[in-house]
Amino acid sequence: MQGKWINRLLLTPATAWFLVMLVLPLVVVVVFSFGERGAAGGYVPAFTFDQYANLPARFTAFKNTLLLAPTGTVAALLVAYPLAYFLAVKADPRFKTLLLILVIVPFWTSILIRTYAWIFILGGRGIPLLLELIGIEGVRLINTPFAVLVGIVYGYLPLMVFPIFVSLEKLDKRLLEASSDLGAPPFRTFRQVTLPLSIPGVATGCMLVFILLMGEFLIPALLGGGKVFFIGNALVDLFLQSRNWAFGSAVAATLVVVMLVTVSLYMRLMMRGAGQREDVSLL
Amino acid sequence: MRLYAIAVYLFLYIPLGVIVLFSFNAGRHASDFRGFSVKWYGAALSNPFVMDALTTSLVVAFTTAVLASLFGTSAALALQRVQGRLRAIYDAMIYVAIMIPGIVIGIATLIALVTVFDFLNPLLEAVWPMAMGEVPRLNLGYASLIAAHTLFTMALVIVIVRARIAGMDRALVEASADLYATPWRTFLQVTLPQIYPAILAGFLLSFTFSFDDFIIAFFVAGFETTLPIYVFSSIRRGVTPEINAIGTMVLGTSLTLLIFAQFLLRGRGRAAAGR
Repeated sequence: MQGKWINRLLLTPATAWFLVMLVLPLVVVVVFSFGERGAAGGYVPAFTFDQYANLPARFTAFKNTLLLAPTGTVAALLVAYPLAYFLAVKADPRFKTLLLILVIVPFWTSILIRTYAWIFILGGRGIPLLLELIGIEGVRLINTPFAVLVGIVYGYLPLMVFPIFVSLEKLDKRLLEASSDLGAPPFRTFRQVTLPLSIPGVATGCMLVFILLMGEFLIPALLGGGKVFFIGNALVDLFLQSRNWAFGSAVAATLVVVMLVTVSLYMRLMMRGAGQREDVSLL
Repeated sequence: MRLYAIAVYLFLYIPLGVIVLFSFNAGRHASDFRGFSVKWYGAALSNPFVMDALTTSLVVAFTTAVLASLFGTSAALALQRVQGRLRAIYDAMIYVAIMIPGIVIGIATLIALVTVFDFLNPLLEAVWPMAMGEVPRLNLGYASLIAAHTLFTMALVIVIVRARIAGMDRALVEASADLYATPWRTFLQVTLPQIYPAILAGFLLSFTFSFDDFIIAFFVAGFETTLPIYVFSSIRRGVTPEINAIGTMVLGTSLTLLIFAQFLLRGRGRAAAGR
């Protein structure tokens, strides 16, 4: 009986936070998305589907996001997996912690400042200047989708490495020995033992990166030069510049729906492949 | 394999090196290196806007990290014993809090709080007793920043700590109870030492998230300016070595914190081993 009260007490702050800072704001967004824009911006109560009917006005933003977010996630995964594998399996145990910290440290500096660095590197006096020295001229990197993709991989790499590392680290090394003792070549051990057991980490990493990318604003704003426009950029424009809360809410609600549908489909696929539910019990 | 790892580390660190290098640029334009100087550090540190923004960011990040690790850990512990439909509701809320892009949380919090404040402020004005002085006005600022940051980070702490609890040896808790330890004592001597690294990791992640966050703060900061907001608007006005100097200092601070955390973790491990 006493335990029950302690439990309730322990849950109270979290419950309050979820209700006031999550449920209430999301309900407001849904309600506002059926409203109308006030004459001076903001919101006027109404019940209309006009805002949703108007969504094609922001088609480019949706298209760019739905193309570049998955591409960026896959690119980050391809770069991250071998590194996570190296850290968890191959690296000298004495340096493992240090090496892991070195992956995480960049993540500790603001994403804003790390993205800012690429304005230098990809800008006119960076890589294009070096290419000119070896005779390749007229290369433009900054303000292209490529620049945005580089920024994405760079920004989200630590987030991808970490969960994969954790799942590989947890993996019982004796399984690898057993597999090689039974005569499996290294690649087969990797494909049949290591890879399947690291799927929860891969899924978690992809999920984290993908979600953050769906709402990305900074990287396209700084490296895309207004040409690579994401949903996030459209939202900033709608809420902070044109103050069209009703239409902005409709765009935001659509973004959340698209994202939830994509992610839940994806997770279902991943879980079927791995046959392991424990690590993704969150879903 | 090793070569690949070295290449990735270079990829991760060269941009940071570029930031640090250009922070020592004597020239006025960030991308044109004209000799070594530390004058931009002086400029950044004597800039009241930078110092204000830094203070705001530190206060918000620290408060967020404390609240998130405290509330997140207690929720994770309590959720262990919650089953059925209620558990599913909590799981859904945790899931949504983590899933939803920061930008959506930012705008949703903005319009919800502004609407609520517009409703409450006239009421407050009407009922506020004269004797208590000036009528307070609810506004976006520190509280909304901390509240919005705590939502995501608390959910993150719940997930991290819960994963650690799931990986914990249940037999130890049962053994402790069999040996007549009170639940509180079992928590302090068995559970806490095992989940402590997860709580600390959660604290550090929460601090990082809050300190780095630009997008949520961009919407809910009101008249306050956090460091990322200041840097973003500076970049918009033009690239200067002052931004590099700020970036370098942020990097230095983060490194110190991370080493400190590592030291704490190791100290604990040794103490536990010695006992």
